[in-house]
Amino acid sequence: MMDVCNWDGTVSAKDFRIGALSFAQKWESLNSAFPPWSWVPCPKHSWLASHELLQEEGYLSLENICISRPNEEDIDQNSQTDPGEEETSCSEKEDDIDDATLVQSNHHELHYCDFHVVYSYTFRVPVLYLRAYCSDGRPLLLDEIEKELPACSSKELPETKWAFITQEEHPYLKRPWYKLHPCGTSEFMKLLFLGGDTAQPKLEVVLELYLLSWFSAVGQVVGLTIPCKMLNDR
Amino acid sequence: MRKALQKRMEAQKYVWEGAIPLQIHLHESQVTTLPPPPPALILAPRIGYLPLLVPLIKPHFRSTLPPGVDTIWFEYRGLPLKWYIPTGVLFDLLCAEPERPWNITVHFRGYPGNVLIPCDGEDSVKWSFINSLKEAAYIINGNCKNVMNMSQSDQLELWHSVMNEHVQVDCPAIEKCLFKFFRLVLAGNLEAYLRVSSKLKLATIEDEYTSLCSSKSQQGSGETDFTGQVKTGRVPVRLYVWGLSEDFDDLEDISQVDSWEKISYVNRPVEIHKEGKCFTLHDAMKNLLPEFFSDESLSDSKLAGVDFEDVQKIPSEDVSSNKVVEDRGQNAYEHREACYISSSAEIKLIRIQGIEPKLEIPFSWLVNNLLNPDHFLHICVCVKVPQ
Repeated sequence: MMDVCNWDGTVSAKDFRIGALSFAQKWESLNSAFPPWSWVPCPKHSWLASHELLQEEGYLSLENICISRPNEEDIDQNSQTDPGEEETSCSEKEDDIDDATLVQSNHHELHYCDFHVVYSYTFRVPVLYLRAYCSDGRPLLLDEIEKELPACSSKELPETKWAFITQEEHPYLKRPWYKLHPCGTSEFMKLLFLGGDTAQPKLEVVLELYLLSWFSAVGQVVGLTIPCKMLNDR
Repeated sequence: MRKALQKRMEAQKYVWEGAIPLQIHLHESQVTTLPPPPPALILAPRIGYLPLLVPLIKPHFRSTLPPGVDTIWFEYRGLPLKWYIPTGVLFDLLCAEPERPWNITVHFRGYPGNVLIPCDGEDSVKWSFINSLKEAAYIINGNCKNVMNMSQSDQLELWHSVMNEHVQVDCPAIEKCLFKFFRLVLAGNLEAYLRVSSKLKLATIEDEYTSLCSSKSQQGSGETDFTGQVKTGRVPVRLYVWGLSEDFDDLEDISQVDSWEKISYVNRPVEIHKEGKCFTLHDAMKNLLPEFFSDESLSDSKLAGVDFEDVQKIPSEDVSSNKVVEDRGQNAYEHREACYISSSAEIKLIRIQGIEPKLEIPFSWLVNNLLNPDHFLHICVCVKVPQ
């Protein structure tokens, strides 16, 4: 039986797909207040309808998340979270955007972001792709994104020593997206599970929790957090 | 052995110096003078990238351009060309019947930012190249430390060795069906590239062609590492698959690629399992595109590197103790699960560096001789799919 200490921090495409589906399912069942992650199936070849291939590929998607920081007035108006629950730092686009409040504040237009989690065959880990835009659809440039998500910036990321952000073609959608480069992912995933003195978990457990753990680390960079319920229910 | 090495240098030099004659037209919307300027004639290196030709193209059209900021992009018959794909690959992929010279159009305005990633000239191309190199290093070595730790001067030298310098070719007398191109000095420096890239220690896979030729076989039978796996290697490959729904006899009859939707980009390494048999191009294609091969082809084809019996020996995926081990070799094992498209789906054409290799060719030979400087093997495939 392969020992978890020989594990290199990577997963197979199949394990990613299984993990992603269960992640999306769990998220939806536990957190109806939060926008859901969904699995988007995609054919390997764009010229083939997906039903023709048994083995589906795809990615996890979370879209239309408002990333604009609210003003003080907005926080009072828009607060919708139960103080007892851990809140995400992203809010739903359609709720609580009070036009009157916006007029009173600094006319800052709202910025939104789509997040996709795609499997990388090269690095054998999940990779985060993101795309930001204004309410009128105009895409945001990297410096505009960095203002809303400072942890993503080219200044701060190198400090974390495991990621940097580049603009690349989305592997399935074939449009320019921003990608959080996965070079150090397998190392920190290995550390997450194996670092420390606690007894080493079984490999099956590691693989099951992989996406959750990955997300808890990567999500911080873009201001997405996991609600407590997901972490407790294991 | 020395002869094989000499032959390899020759092959690499041949690939390095491969070039595509381009006839570059300015888009009519940007022509402000009469008569319109003649097209620019340029010999573009296969291993290079289109934006690197801009210093040659811009002066040619400068006097006719409208005022304003230039955002340069290229297009072939309406299809914007992805600048991060090597020029030779674009040509092999988009020109089913090779067109010489290749007539492409240059734009200085109206950059299609929804389709193309922005390009700020040489720097963008350089970073794209270095990122690809990092990826290749990760695939081959399991980490990209060697690339990350390259000194600034080494990085620059590597990049400059790739950036061939081209001299624009002027054709004073152009007759209707006759072009004369003179290959002038191609200052691209293969020696410098090899010197710097050898510091990266990107291991080449064992050349099976060479070992097949030598009297003693050098392959052990199933050398294993401590996890009990047969030793494997991963090869960086970028596959461009053009799906056609029409059948054709002649390449000239194929309709044009009018959208990148018709081309699927498969950026996945090939996993080679050394099992004592020669791993051929055919095996690599089965690895990358299992959906085009039926299970029957595994058992009867003499071209296949893997016997049907070997396939049966692969442990079942129900055995949980082997789960991670199997998943590591997913490309080979999972194709039993993947749905075979249909018997009318077939691979019609495979092109690498402008060559159409036979399926029986040892894959290691292709890897050791036809790699691009980014250490990827770029493979263009044309497939026929059922409608």
